[in-house]
Amino acid sequence: MARFRTWVSIAVAGALGLSLAGCSSTGGKRAEDARKSQAAQGRAAVDTPRWTFAMITHSGDGDTFWDIVQNGAKQAATKDNINFLYSHNEEANQQAQLVDAAVDKKVDGIIVTLAKPDAMKSALARAEKAGIPVITVNSGSEIYKKYGAITHIGQDETIAGEAVGKELNKRGKKKALCVLHEQGNVGHEQRCEGAKKAFDGKMTNLYVEGTNMPDVQSSIEAKLQSDTSIDSVVTLGAPFAATAVKAKEDASSKAEVDTFDLNDKVAQGLKDGDLGFAVDQQPYLQGYEAVDLLWLYRYNANVLGGGLPVLTGPEIVTKDQAAKLQEFTKRGTR
Amino acid sequence: MSTTTPASTEKVDERLVKASPWKKLLGRPELGSVIGAVAVFIFFMIFADSFLRATSLATVLYASSTLGIMAVPVALLMIGGEFDLSAGVMVTSSALISSMFSYQMTANTWVGVGVSLLVTLAIGVFNGVMLTRTKLPSFIITLGTFLMLTGMNLGFTKLISGTVSTKSIADMQGFDSAKSVFASTFSIGGVDFKITIIWWLALVLVATWILLRTRIGNWIFAVGGDLDSARAVGVPVNKTKIGLYMGVAFGAWISGQHLLFSYDVVQSGEGVGNELIYIVAAVIGGCLITGGYGSAVGAAIGALIFGMTSKGIVFAEWNSDWFKFFLGAMLLLATLLNAWVRKRAEASK
Repeated sequence: MARFRTWVSIAVAGALGLSLAGCSSTGGKRAEDARKSQAAQGRAAVDTPRWTFAMITHSGDGDTFWDIVQNGAKQAATKDNINFLYSHNEEANQQAQLVDAAVDKKVDGIIVTLAKPDAMKSALARAEKAGIPVITVNSGSEIYKKYGAITHIGQDETIAGEAVGKELNKRGKKKALCVLHEQGNVGHEQRCEGAKKAFDGKMTNLYVEGTNMPDVQSSIEAKLQSDTSIDSVVTLGAPFAATAVKAKEDASSKAEVDTFDLNDKVAQGLKDGDLGFAVDQQPYLQGYEAVDLLWLYRYNANVLGGGLPVLTGPEIVTKDQAAKLQEFTKRGTR
Repeated sequence: MSTTTPASTEKVDERLVKASPWKKLLGRPELGSVIGAVAVFIFFMIFADSFLRATSLATVLYASSTLGIMAVPVALLMIGGEFDLSAGVMVTSSALISSMFSYQMTANTWVGVGVSLLVTLAIGVFNGVMLTRTKLPSFIITLGTFLMLTGMNLGFTKLISGTVSTKSIADMQGFDSAKSVFASTFSIGGVDFKITIIWWLALVLVATWILLRTRIGNWIFAVGGDLDSARAVGVPVNKTKIGLYMGVAFGAWISGQHLLFSYDVVQSGEGVGNELIYIVAAVIGGCLITGGYGSAVGAAIGALIFGMTSKGIVFAEWNSDWFKFFLGAMLLLATLLNAWVRKRAEASK
């Protein structure tokens, strides 16, 4: 026991010593705080009463994309004097139960994703009966009206896919690979479907296990090794772009890697020329606008979109814009 | 409170000694979970202002029932000393079979429901037969089934429907009557309750009756407690185990039909990971991981604790990122409490 204690104290002393002696002059928490002070500061800018809005999404645990959506929503909530609640579950019936719980709470507004619309039908009917306004975000652009939502904010996945197909044509690509990292996600299928439709060359789908990065890398690698004529790889999420680049290098393939969505690494990759282009759907805007539009609806009965969904994408981002965007991706708002 | 044994020279058989009601209560497997459930309820009553509304409680009960329908047969299986890791995806399989059979054959939805029952029970029989024939641990057997079902759910759905979710069967004959059986709501005093709550309570009653009042119940305790002794005294071990797996399959069928008729479209990739939640509910409810001890009521209360926690966090407006942490802490606490209560009960016998 005494020996154990000695070891512990040595370890603690060592860790303290290292952290004091080894300061980094770049990056880390200090750099982040400096950036944060440049980001917007939060204080309510309106005198409306404190309403409560609940956002319920189909995201899994610890998802980068939904973090950015939340950042946008929280920013708008601060400005509009809103008490903002966020909950999520990737199982459709669990997500529906979370909507039920929000209705039970008698919140003043609900923001919901319709990735699995049929499961949400009865929960949203309850919200309508309780007179709670609903805005759908991210997925559900073709059915949001049927479910009684006042408007939809997001990107049409098929249109975004088509934008990728056209961009690939512009770059003279002949054979592309579409990497789907979530089996069973309808939006992902639509993206690859749209890309295939607009692309003049040949496009094949590759399913990978998105929760297991090494598996993603080895699958892409194997595919690139087995078919050397593939000249472009399209990933459907920002975290997978870097993995695809690694796989490309290991397979010594010449393929260009392009991706949906943006994060800090993707912006860096675009800047360094590792990535061709990214299709951004501006998640920050989806969260921010959803809260803001709900506020407008409650305050002034305003509805944006004129009966059509409000599109936040697709926006093609290339090397030219990457440097500018990087300061925002670092902040977690792009 | 203590009973007076007759102070005669005759030795009274120890099995016939009347235990005091207090000791009887202490000896119940679900006692620990009841204490836990009361504690969780009081906790959210204080910290979540909208938790006590009737509509909120209906939502909590619904969440508990969807889990409880599976937790009860899983608890029986665990008392019998086995695991089923395929229980989570089996629910999705059952819903997919029902939906796709009805749609592709253009049959009355009740035909799909019937076919789904037969196929799901067959999966349960497969698990049980593999287990009793190969003598491999159930952990391995059902892990294999779990992976195969996960793949088949995705593969067949994509093959038959062309997408990752099934086509809607809401406009087909028999849908409405099936919906009223598996996924309807009923009102009590203006509050809507889901019918799954009735299914859940019925399953608890039937399972408790089987465990405590029938010969089969004795067999279940026997095969879970000591397999070789059970076989030696003539308990049909293999039949019992296969039956228990069929019980889990039956629960999966009810849950699967509920999913289908609530939403009329099934996502093929769901259900993975739920099997562990069922086991958690059973263990919180006092089931031993080694078998031979536990109760159906306990599993139901375990499900109730789970439902209260998962929805209580929402009502209390906390960040749901911490939910899994609470669940894990509760599992450990409940198991320790159960072990302590059991020790006390055994010491005072």
